[in-house]
Amino acid sequence: MPPDSTGPLLHVHNVSKSFGVVAAVRDVSIPVYAGEAHALVGENGAGKSTIVKMLAGVHRPDTGSIDLAGRPLDLRSPADARAAGIAVIYQEPTLFPDLSVAENIAMTRPPRGRFGMIDRHRAARTAADLFARLGVEIDPARPARGLSIADQQIVEIAKALSMDTRVLVMDEPTAALTSVEVERLFAVARSLLEQGTAIVFISHRFEEITALCARVTVMRDGQHVSTDLMADLDVDEIVRRMVGRDLSALHPQRTAAPGEVMLQVEGLGRDGVFEDVSFTVRSGEIVALAGLVGSGRSEVVQAVFGVDRRDRGTVRVGGQRLRPNSPRAAMSAGLALVPEDRRLQGLVMDASIQRNVTLPRAGSLARVGLLLGGAERRSAEEWATRLQTKYHRLSDAVSTLSGGNQQKVVLAKWLATMPRVLIIDEPTRGIDVGTKAEVHRLISGLATDGVAVVVVSSELPEVLSLADRVLVMREGRLVRELDRDEATEESVMFAAVGQGPQPAATAESASTATSEPAPELEVSR
Amino acid sequence: MTTVQDIHPRIGRTAARRSALRRVLTAREISIVFALAVLVAVTAGVRPAFVHSQSIRDILLGAAIVAVLAVGQTVVMITRSVDLSVGSILGLSAYAAGTVLSDHPGLPVVLALVLGMAVGACCGVINGLLVRFGNVPALVVTLGTLYMFRGVAYLWADGEQIYADELPGGFLKLGTASLLGVPYLVVIALIVMVVVGVVLRNYPVGRQLYAMGSSPPGARLAGIPVGRRLLGAFVVSGTLAGLAGVLFAARFGTIDASAGNGYELNVVAAAVVGGVAVAGGVGTVWGAALGALLLTTISSALAVLNINQFWQQAIVGALILLAIGIDRLIALRVAAALKKEGSNVR
Amino acid sequence: MSADVSVDVSVDVSADASAPGRPGAPERAVRAGGPVRPVTAVLARLAGWDVAVIALAALVIVLASVFVDNFGSSRNFTFLVLDLLPIVLIALPMTFVIATGEIDLSVASVLGLSSAVMGYLWNQGMTIETIIPLCVLLGAALGAVNGLFVTALGLPSLAVTIGTLALYRGLAFVVLGDTAVADFPSSYTSWVTGTIGGTSIPNVAIIIVALAVVFGVLLHATPIGRWTFAAGAGEQAARFAGVRIPMLKFWLYVATGAVAGLTGVLWTLRYSSARADNGSGLELAVVAAVLLGGVSIFGGRGTLPGVLGGVVLLASLQNALRLSDVSNEALNIVVGALLVASVLLPNVTQAVRAGTDRFRRRHSHPTGSPPLTAAPR
Repeated sequence: MPPDSTGPLLHVHNVSKSFGVVAAVRDVSIPVYAGEAHALVGENGAGKSTIVKMLAGVHRPDTGSIDLAGRPLDLRSPADARAAGIAVIYQEPTLFPDLSVAENIAMTRPPRGRFGMIDRHRAARTAADLFARLGVEIDPARPARGLSIADQQIVEIAKALSMDTRVLVMDEPTAALTSVEVERLFAVARSLLEQGTAIVFISHRFEEITALCARVTVMRDGQHVSTDLMADLDVDEIVRRMVGRDLSALHPQRTAAPGEVMLQVEGLGRDGVFEDVSFTVRSGEIVALAGLVGSGRSEVVQAVFGVDRRDRGTVRVGGQRLRPNSPRAAMSAGLALVPEDRRLQGLVMDASIQRNVTLPRAGSLARVGLLLGGAERRSAEEWATRLQTKYHRLSDAVSTLSGGNQQKVVLAKWLATMPRVLIIDEPTRGIDVGTKAEVHRLISGLATDGVAVVVVSSELPEVLSLADRVLVMREGRLVRELDRDEATEESVMFAAVGQGPQPAATAESASTATSEPAPELEVSR
Repeated sequence: MTTVQDIHPRIGRTAARRSALRRVLTAREISIVFALAVLVAVTAGVRPAFVHSQSIRDILLGAAIVAVLAVGQTVVMITRSVDLSVGSILGLSAYAAGTVLSDHPGLPVVLALVLGMAVGACCGVINGLLVRFGNVPALVVTLGTLYMFRGVAYLWADGEQIYADELPGGFLKLGTASLLGVPYLVVIALIVMVVVGVVLRNYPVGRQLYAMGSSPPGARLAGIPVGRRLLGAFVVSGTLAGLAGVLFAARFGTIDASAGNGYELNVVAAAVVGGVAVAGGVGTVWGAALGALLLTTISSALAVLNINQFWQQAIVGALILLAIGIDRLIALRVAAALKKEGSNVR
Repeated sequence: MSADVSVDVSVDVSADASAPGRPGAPERAVRAGGPVRPVTAVLARLAGWDVAVIALAALVIVLASVFVDNFGSSRNFTFLVLDLLPIVLIALPMTFVIATGEIDLSVASVLGLSSAVMGYLWNQGMTIETIIPLCVLLGAALGAVNGLFVTALGLPSLAVTIGTLALYRGLAFVVLGDTAVADFPSSYTSWVTGTIGGTSIPNVAIIIVALAVVFGVLLHATPIGRWTFAAGAGEQAARFAGVRIPMLKFWLYVATGAVAGLTGVLWTLRYSSARADNGSGLELAVVAAVLLGGVSIFGGRGTLPGVLGGVVLLASLQNALRLSDVSNEALNIVVGALLVASVLLPNVTQAVRAGTDRFRRRHSHPTGSPPLTAAPR
């Protein structure tokens, strides 16, 4: 039967999905039209990813249906979704590292030759053709292992192109891409749109959404808020609908009175990652480390803390030289690092709130080597309360908390070590606006109390409002130091990219590029 | 930051790098062949009788049985699983074939082969179902079934033994006779290797098995029927272990419930030494078969050189450690080389 | 673990989509704002996996005392304790190793090599007082080899310890061949088989209790225990919190080796026989007992009381069946089945729990539209 030319090509129809007692998506409808890119926006936990997984055939809706060209689909597996013509590109590529690039592309539908064998030459040619279409040079015969995230993303896109894709779902495909790569991706996407493909696009960069999408659906707390033509909405209105309230000025003002030098980094280097990094941080001062993704910011602070190797250079805390490669030595010298990836590096997700808060201090909380008498519980309770963490029981697994409360647990865990120097990598990634303001106030307060603070952030407004000084990194080197008065979005970006203003992307969009999954929408207006 | 324009001069370099990678990938097979050559040469230098045709024949017969098992193990291991129950399946199948043939000496030999493979397939199905639907590591499941299958064999045998003179001569000939100078056992092992090798290399099913071991979540998202493929891999491994059981019975003639006890170690060792990665995604049946040949040759050489036979197991263990250690070092080298090559886009 | 076949299909695990935990872990909490019933939560925690195993072990003992002749006799009690001695001793450090997400399959071979070396040194005329500490040290050294391969080279522990399983057992045969050494001083052998005073409690029970208390406190009330669980449940997060994971794992392997070495000594003295094949296959029973006791094969979860329950369950079942004239080889079926069941059952209970959850939800919202599919996960 011919598809209804007026109705949507893909219609997500009143779907709901629960996990255990938690309702991830409630009664959501999204109409996606052929030849049109449809943006799906919402804060972390709004249910976007669950919708994507339903389209991908990973989860099945509890109620409701997904219709393609007017006919309901029954997607029991990713293979079903593939067969129906729905291709999904995830923010984290899912390639097979041991197989060749060509094999990765041909995995779902390999070209067959004699006796039904895989025709390797044809597979390699197909891959080469697709790469030519995308304007990249990737050797189809090389193994996927060792490809950069951007290259892997390109292979994923080639994979989707190799199939008859009617609906292309892109779940934050641009998170790890540079602006040049994003432009190329959009060029491909537009040519697909012209051929009548429908695109579902998820991104936290409004510039990209306005550049590509014709229609936008806003989700909040698993529920459908609105679906409108992009032309009928401005970005402020979208943000308002996402958070459900107006945004006010969040950032605290603070008069800085820096004291003595607490952290002194000299000539820090690691082969192939960063080189000749030197800076100092005084007590009571907030220093931001800015730069594009891959510029080596997180690598530097991880080497300072000792979780990563460093090949050269010294780190002094309070004048005292730190032993390299030893987080323990760093901790006992009064250094604390709130890492970039909360789920992997910050928290033991399956462990209780209490265990997480007290893990770095298990040794010091023990009396004669024993952890008895509720010392951990009391300490965890105290710090969780201080940070106004919302939880049910201290023995609950930390994975049951919301993103903002998880971040508070990480902060509690490190503040409880009474650091003299606190390094925070992406302090507000993936947490809601209210908690974000709390975290900013907390950071300011710590500096006021005399803690030396280093903030690594991809969010320029955050950097600019918090920092007394901004250090900018580019390609593994510190290239610029900017005082509070000199630091503007433009000056930081110029330093970060090492050239004049970019035509394709605004300063902010380039600065929010991240190599780590950032499943949340950054509300940084 | 590199832009698109900068990448084109790199094309020539990638081609050169590819051949370097190939050298690394085939290095394992070549080094085993080299080790074999050195071993044979040294042993033959000390005891020329070692290269006597009878002794080579014995080595090949022994290696053929382990190779059949190792091929099955390869199929399982590339999916990032392991089947430790193969020795017990071999024992069960050998005893089953022996019992049936001694009771019905008139049965054709082919039927014995089919029977053994059927027994093995049943065991493989049990392993596969437990792994697939239990969502349980294969290591634990097959460690459990290793003892369960062996226990069944003991219960069934109840202390009895089957001797060669109870078995039909036609069946025993399977273990001794040759086809154009090549022993039947070796012919069968070669057929198994070629069939499984071609399927793994050239058919979608084979590549899917590699994909599953290379990235389990990716395999699921690529729409590969992971559960069914895993079940299939265990059935193949079980079936080949069943086949090996019949070959064992034909070769040795004397069978009790302990046949093939501890073989799982030799088989895993052969596969690992042959370059099949414990972490899945990497390895070929040829490598595994060469590993089997090397292990068997070592044990024969020990006998010929009058070295304490008890060293054999220790050497198997040391070889496993050596092989995974070398694999690790090569992997680190390759990773470093690929990193240097860098991104093609930035 | 390398043999892990479970597939996590989620690409980015959204906070609200995490799978329910294994039973025995703290009950998954309802998110803030949802309905909370503390009573059921407390009950659920009491009815954890370890408690269930202990109850099951008690049930087996009661049933066996009633239905199996001689099971309840004091002589049999002594034998029962002596039989579970090697399993329980090695299971103590093995609990730590598995809780960090690793495994040690070489323990039985360490036991065998310790026993073989003990026989060899005794034949060389060394005194038993020197030999025993030497054998424990040997075990620690063998464990250190495992630990180095796993931590320094970063190799999968499964592959490493399969290798050393073969290597150590092979070396045991190299040391002692297939002979046995039997003439150990009777003061030592009779102490191991003897009982405390007039009771039926064997002397070795002192060793069991002492080590169980030490390892139990270590696991549940010291920083080492916290680090162990953290390393198993979130290796990176533990590293970022200053836990020296390689060092921790290394010493856990050393401890496992030392205990296995000691167990080799006790085994030799108990049977008055040093043999290269002593304890062959014991690794299965140990791993089975630990997993049966509720320690997750993926690391991060488990309790020592649960493991003790697992050991008692396994040993009393074996003992009762042996008294019922079931052959040793057939007993392996039981051990193997218990091992499989111990990893299978948590999944089954989890599935059942998920099923009842759905049922409850469906019936608590009678106005909601009926779900189209059951969507099993």
